[in-house]
Amino acid sequence: MSDVTTVLLAGVGGQGTILAGDVLAKVAVAAGHDVKLSEVHGMAQRGGSVDTVVRFGPQVFSSVVDPGTVDHLIAFEIIEAARKLAFVKPSGRLVVNSRNIQPLPVLTGTLSPPVGLIAALDYERAVFLDAEELACEAGSPRSANIVLMGAASVGLPFDEEAWREVISARVPPKTVDANLKAFELGRNACEGGACEA
Amino acid sequence: MSRTLMSGNEAVARGAWEAGVVVGVGYPGTPSTEVLENLVGYEGVNCQWAPNEKVAAEVAAGVSVAGARVLVTMKHVGLNVAADPLFTQAYAGVGGGLVYLVADDPSMHSSQNEQDTRNYAAAAKVPILEPSDSAEALEFVKRAFEISEHYDVPVIVRTTTRISHSKSMVEVGEREERDIPEYHKDAGRFVMMPANARVRRVDLARRLNELETCVESCPENRVEMRGTELGVITSGVAYQYVREALPDVSVLKLGMTFPFPEALVGEFAAKVERLAVVEELDPYLMLRVKALGIEVMETGLPQIGEYSPGLVAAAFGAPEPELREPITDLPPRPPLMCPGCPHRGVFYALHRLKAVVTGDIGCYTLGALPPLQAVDTCICMGASMGMAHGMELIGSAEKPVVAVIGDSTFAHSGLTGLLNMVYNGSKGTVMILDNRTTAMTGHQGNPVSGVTLAGDPAPAVDLEALVRAMGVSSVRMVNPHDPGEVYHVLKEEVAAEHLSVIVAKAPCALLVREKADPFAVDEDACVKCGRCINLGCPAISKDPQTSRAVIDATICVGCGLCVKVCKSDAIVPSGAACDIGGRWS
Repeated sequence: MSDVTTVLLAGVGGQGTILAGDVLAKVAVAAGHDVKLSEVHGMAQRGGSVDTVVRFGPQVFSSVVDPGTVDHLIAFEIIEAARKLAFVKPSGRLVVNSRNIQPLPVLTGTLSPPVGLIAALDYERAVFLDAEELACEAGSPRSANIVLMGAASVGLPFDEEAWREVISARVPPKTVDANLKAFELGRNACEGGACEA
Repeated sequence: MSRTLMSGNEAVARGAWEAGVVVGVGYPGTPSTEVLENLVGYEGVNCQWAPNEKVAAEVAAGVSVAGARVLVTMKHVGLNVAADPLFTQAYAGVGGGLVYLVADDPSMHSSQNEQDTRNYAAAAKVPILEPSDSAEALEFVKRAFEISEHYDVPVIVRTTTRISHSKSMVEVGEREERDIPEYHKDAGRFVMMPANARVRRVDLARRLNELETCVESCPENRVEMRGTELGVITSGVAYQYVREALPDVSVLKLGMTFPFPEALVGEFAAKVERLAVVEELDPYLMLRVKALGIEVMETGLPQIGEYSPGLVAAAFGAPEPELREPITDLPPRPPLMCPGCPHRGVFYALHRLKAVVTGDIGCYTLGALPPLQAVDTCICMGASMGMAHGMELIGSAEKPVVAVIGDSTFAHSGLTGLLNMVYNGSKGTVMILDNRTTAMTGHQGNPVSGVTLAGDPAPAVDLEALVRAMGVSSVRMVNPHDPGEVYHVLKEEVAAEHLSVIVAKAPCALLVREKADPFAVDEDACVKCGRCINLGCPAISKDPQTSRAVIDATICVGCGLCVKVCKSDAIVPSGAACDIGGRWS
């Protein structure tokens, strides 16, 4: 299924991975692809690890993915990036939000925070950006998910205008400007090869 | 006709609407919840949450007998609750088409078990359809209504999490408006007393016989011939994994799996050299194929958990893909109670009381996780009070037993458990955690919160008056954000020689739009006792260097729970600007 592209969005419940995945899926549909998107709601949403898979191509069968099959990992958080690393093809691309949300067992001091993740992900040719900082610059701290989609968009075969149209239609009306700015800042952060693996 | 991207749940709702459904009814349960939440948005459909799945199925039965098409929705374990009406409705038959949407949850993403609903179809003797993507979810729901009316039987459409919550392309059509015939009494069909039921039992056999012919040639069951070396029989989402992992094999794709198409399976088996069955969960198809005396290849595929293309590929000998070296020893990230969650203070008090806590199903099940670990049991909806009573019958006085149940769960199946405690002279203690919503499934209204599925106000049950009317003399109201108050009331009530109900009422933190100012830790006053850290609030962490508590102002919602548990007045209002530092390191 080499003609199918697989994107995995990994994050923590509440970070907006579902909306980001929905935007990507709609952009892929607008470009004429067959598309499948898979996500898990429910208990995991309460601050647990969450992931959304978007696959597009001429014909897509499965909406779930296995280790070694993901073309683009868009990680909303460093520990989740590390958790999903084995899912990414050796030739795949990693875009990682350089922020870190410690899980509860670390916050309470039961477990130690993981160390060396940035170095390990850097060794895997991950590209880092600070999505929260760029989201604040865009005018809405809640738009970090769209910053990351801007970064992801550089490596995906869709027109910038298609992204902007879908984002404008999908986010709350009052936040359209901030989200379009967020997309642009994420995209700019990765243009000029900065986000190429 | 137009093509659009829809989740399986959205497609089920669309299919029901196109089929001319007049009523949609159900009880929320992941992964089924969004079906009715979408259907309510269509014109011409009256959608309602029922207090539980049994009531929902009975409402649906009434709509059907009255002559209109009706969809009833639930998750797999909800069918346990609704099984009673289903089994007998199969005998009685239908008026308007009656379709059950039942969503299974292989791998238990958000469930307490992974039962396979196909077994229910066989046991209840009703047809079952298994869509493999959103397009089929829409089409199969429409077909299910036709089958229901044509064969005079309720029909189950079974989805799984990966159908319900995956989005794929669908063709949408127009709504078929249907006239509702005038009601005519038909006691011979709908009064299932023994004399009538015996007649309908025989008639059900006749109807099933006709359905057995239908499944052999219906478009939902199709043969896709490719090579003849290997043939795979599959259904539901497993079909997609087979197509991806084994693109060149022939497939018998079964969309209607009860009744079982024996002749079709036999013909397919005769066309291929080797035959395999690929299905998630129970060996439902496998056992029926083997019962025909057909040899089935051993794949070693598990009967536990959901599948993936890679799992199927490996079972048929495909080489493993090249992998990156995984990063191991990562801390797990379990789900947790939100900052400001009103349940947290209750579990802090229960933890302090060292009570045996019989829990129930909802966000508050998370009280079982560290650091509070304050829940002893959780089995099914409404079990908390029955189990508390059972433990009370055996237990000792030194270890108090407290049942804990949420508002929606209490309305679902807690009332009878409490009535049992009253009736049988329990001296136990029950806590109702009334957070004004059905939170875990995504904030649905319920009879206690007094909000309907359509978002309209409804009479909100007065829990205190209800519980008193049931015969509980001691009913106490507490503020769950004050764990000291909760603890002292609990201590009094577990010691008392009477049954008591304590209602802890405060809205779900996610419903509180106005956040209070965040708090901060006064470093000089903090004595590193760890009380606030043991609340398990994601806004509070232990500084690895100093062991003092640190509050992340970006996560804190200012609920003040930590202020109340701090013995050294070290948690103080914070005027600090809410920059993006804090949890982001």
